[in-house]
Amino acid sequence: MKAGVVIFPGSNCETDTYDALNYLGFNTEYIWHRDSSLHKVDLVILPGGFSYGDYLRCGAVARFSEIMEEISRFADSGGLVIGICNGFQILLEAGLLPGAMLHNKSLKFICQTVNLRVENNTLPFTNQCGAGEILRIPINHYEGNYFIDDEGLKELEDNSQVVLRYVDENGEATADAAPNGALANIAGLTNKSGNVFGLMPHPERAVEEILGSVDGAKLFLSAKISKEAVS
Amino acid sequence: MPKVKIYVTLRDGILDVQGKMIHRALGSLGYENVDEVKVGKYLQLEFEDDADIDQKIKKMCEQLLTNPVIEDYTYEVE
Repeated sequence: MKAGVVIFPGSNCETDTYDALNYLGFNTEYIWHRDSSLHKVDLVILPGGFSYGDYLRCGAVARFSEIMEEISRFADSGGLVIGICNGFQILLEAGLLPGAMLHNKSLKFICQTVNLRVENNTLPFTNQCGAGEILRIPINHYEGNYFIDDEGLKELEDNSQVVLRYVDENGEATADAAPNGALANIAGLTNKSGNVFGLMPHPERAVEEILGSVDGAKLFLSAKISKEAVS
Repeated sequence: MPKVKIYVTLRDGILDVQGKMIHRALGSLGYENVDEVKVGKYLQLEFEDDADIDQKIKKMCEQLLTNPVIEDYTYEVE
């Protein structure tokens, strides 16, 4: 399966993501933000970092990159897209996912491993997870305090678009369990059709035992297995 | 050359954590008569002329300068 990691000026997790995908058996390549083609990849990943220095708002400038038009078309035709951290913020700004990010409630940059509960394991990104399985994956951000209006939240919940929620050690989505203050403890969500996935945690940093967790691998491998099942 | 001043703030009802923190800091400095603090962004644009200026500003704000999901804006043209 061919995966493409998009590089914007200021991305800084592209090499980790590239390595993780290759390690997991993907045929991976980089895609430059000024490219006009997605190189026929099966999975597009927008990695973490600080695209365009996070100027104005995180992801606000990157969403107008040339490659984003192609990514929108790819997503509209059912192609699999994952946005990690800043990649998630770009997808929100681009309107490929609903809602927006606010500063972390604590006004602190947070870098820690969190517990995430899998809320929907029927997606191309979670089919290798158990229902309600707890994943341990690191987060690393200043603006991960997810917000959407009441109507939007209801829609997300009704359509099972919430994929990952921050939970405590007992698996409960308590207010304290969301380190950034995210609404409804939302750490990751999909679009309505379930082919575009944005998440604040960094699964590429949890793919080998030496990194402390292999739980992130399940999300990438789900995409791989889902694609192989189709082809 | 018209100068446009755009003020961007978080929409009402959205917790402004920076504003809250500054409000507390002011309180601890003895400024107790401040009800609320809101933190926002200020953008200053200089236009070559004022042709369709309101329409252009609104479009810029909706497309790039603000995120309507979380932000409101006001502007003045000088």
